[in-house]
Amino acid sequence: MTDALSRPTSVLLVGGTSDIAIATLHALRSPVLRRVVIAARPSDGRDAVVADLERAGYAGVEAVDFDAADTATHEAMLDASFAAGDIDLVLVAFGVLGDQLDFETHPDHAVEAAQVNYVGGVSVCLRTAQRMKTQGHGALVVLSSVAGERARRSNFVYGSTKAGLDSLASGLADSLHGSGVQVLIVRPGFVHTSMTSHLAPAPLSVTAEDVAEGVVSGLKRGATVVYVPATLRVVMSGLRHVPRAVFRKLPI
Amino acid sequence: MSARHAQTLTGWGLTMPSSADVLPVFDAAEVSAAVVEAGVRGVLARGAGRSYGDAAQNGGGLVLDLMGRTSFDIADDGSVTAYAGVVLGDLISGLVAKGRFLPVTPGTRYITVGGAIAADVHGKNHHRDGAFGDHVRWIELVTADGTVHHVARDGSFDEQRIFYSTLGGMGLTGVIVRACFDTIPAPTSAVRVDTERFNDLDSLMAAMVGGDDHYRYSVAWVDGTAKGAKLGRGVLTRGDHAEVADVYGQPPKAIPTGDAPKLASPPVPMSPLNRLSIGIFNEAYFRRAPKHRVGEIQGLAPFFYPLDVLAGWNRVYGPGGFLQYQFAVPDSGADVVRTSLERLGSIGAPSFLSVLKRFGPGRTRSPLSFPIQGWTLAIDVPTRVEGLAEVLDGLDELVLAAGGRLYLAKDSRMSPHTLERGYPQLDEFRAVRSDLDPRGIFTSDLARRLQL
Repeated sequence: MTDALSRPTSVLLVGGTSDIAIATLHALRSPVLRRVVIAARPSDGRDAVVADLERAGYAGVEAVDFDAADTATHEAMLDASFAAGDIDLVLVAFGVLGDQLDFETHPDHAVEAAQVNYVGGVSVCLRTAQRMKTQGHGALVVLSSVAGERARRSNFVYGSTKAGLDSLASGLADSLHGSGVQVLIVRPGFVHTSMTSHLAPAPLSVTAEDVAEGVVSGLKRGATVVYVPATLRVVMSGLRHVPRAVFRKLPI
Repeated sequence: MSARHAQTLTGWGLTMPSSADVLPVFDAAEVSAAVVEAGVRGVLARGAGRSYGDAAQNGGGLVLDLMGRTSFDIADDGSVTAYAGVVLGDLISGLVAKGRFLPVTPGTRYITVGGAIAADVHGKNHHRDGAFGDHVRWIELVTADGTVHHVARDGSFDEQRIFYSTLGGMGLTGVIVRACFDTIPAPTSAVRVDTERFNDLDSLMAAMVGGDDHYRYSVAWVDGTAKGAKLGRGVLTRGDHAEVADVYGQPPKAIPTGDAPKLASPPVPMSPLNRLSIGIFNEAYFRRAPKHRVGEIQGLAPFFYPLDVLAGWNRVYGPGGFLQYQFAVPDSGADVVRTSLERLGSIGAPSFLSVLKRFGPGRTRSPLSFPIQGWTLAIDVPTRVEGLAEVLDGLDELVLAAGGRLYLAKDSRMSPHTLERGYPQLDEFRAVRSDLDPRGIFTSDLARRLQL
């Protein structure tokens, strides 16, 4: 049970080796947190994350195998995660950014990205929702992106996968109203992470820690959508209404 | 009668919602049938839902609503036999008519008999009369195998073990269906009250140590917003049931019944309470109190239940809800009272309800009963105050170091570790529970959260 100060006692990070997942975990850390499950592909990177967390003093850190593209294995991943008791918070933080030009020249790569970001997201979100309904409480935090809000010429494949995921989470939030389960959709702008290190930062760029802070404050307020930074809410609201002919030419 | 239905439940603090199947039940046979059929998420009895945190919730499981059965009997010796769902307030007029009063009552009359036993509630007379459990004669309890037990204070060894663990047992030993408890004499429906105002914490606490023994009832309201030299200034209210001679010639006092209060707080989208408004309220409340007034005659309701006037006052803290931090420390830990007020004051936690009381000896035979001899301080705080988590975690450490503990009926944030250190007899409770309920059918959100 997440306590009255919005502090979870157990957390499952799906795509748990990502910078944002780890930063969010640090922001959620408290004396009541006693179980952390890292769902990711078995790798040295995952082992290192687990070791780091243990060294940092986290209790009950464990790893479970997760392959976003292989949805047939997701049920087993969640079984393993929920086996030891209720999970108060599940963070859906996996995804690939890809390269727009590559997607356009190799549509197969685009399909793969859609499989991971959208199809994998559908699978994890819906399966998690079932389990949280069964336990009568919980928070599902879904990492979306402002890229999904209005597809841009420069990254519309990635944007469309996030648009699909965002829509799913938004509908799920409504369907779970009154079930004791909270859905929080996080829409960051450009985040400085290892996933974006090769890119030039966009305006209003943020860090993984900023995203984590947004998650924590959204959970406290019982929000359904948070933008990181918060000013992006206004910016995106404006961009949605920019005429297509103009939008197409914007350097974004 | 409504059948089983899904419902999202919270405690009085309006935090930590969870959804459960709620089933109204009316007697031991129905309870027994429901318990036997309970699924993997278990079952829990719920009364009026006045515990502050998640004690009366069982997310994903079954919650038995015992509020439907409201019959009770008051015997000639003043003892009350009541179904668990009977609300204390509904007993008062019947008791007063017989020259009796509740043996122990918390600051609200809208709690149930079952809840009073499960939380082993205390009142302003703990230093004199102990907790509610000290007045209970017997309990009818449905345990995990569906058996209906009659466990009495003077029963066999095994019976007593169940009886005493159920007092303060937070509903985890079984479902309390009925109980019998003794009451105390109350010659009139009035209370003779002495009120005194103190400009600082030291003088307030000194007066309580010095004089509480002369009164049956004693409680201090503390200004949670005063700082510096005024820190912990407060109004001490102490009294006894008025004798007939005290009220002779006084205007008649209304006998409080279980009627619904006249005022109701609407749901508020934003809390009107903030540092400024609470500061003003507390200042006014303090100034309004007489410096020293002796022998004032008050009705039972204004004396015992000042907040019951406003139904749903829990909503005034806004949609984020609030919590109540209540600890007990031995006399040697009196400093924790000051430190708590200082630290909560330093983050500007706006509290208009801070209550300080002295406890008499606790009941060691009840492993989870809260009171221990010394001090208890209860402070209401809205949950969204910046830095609250860290301050309260820090105060937990001080409370534990002083040999104190937190109150489970109020808790919504402690850690399992804090519970274990605060309740050294926790393992005794666990042993009783595993004997009675090896599969852990009786459970709650609180039990899961604290790994009880």
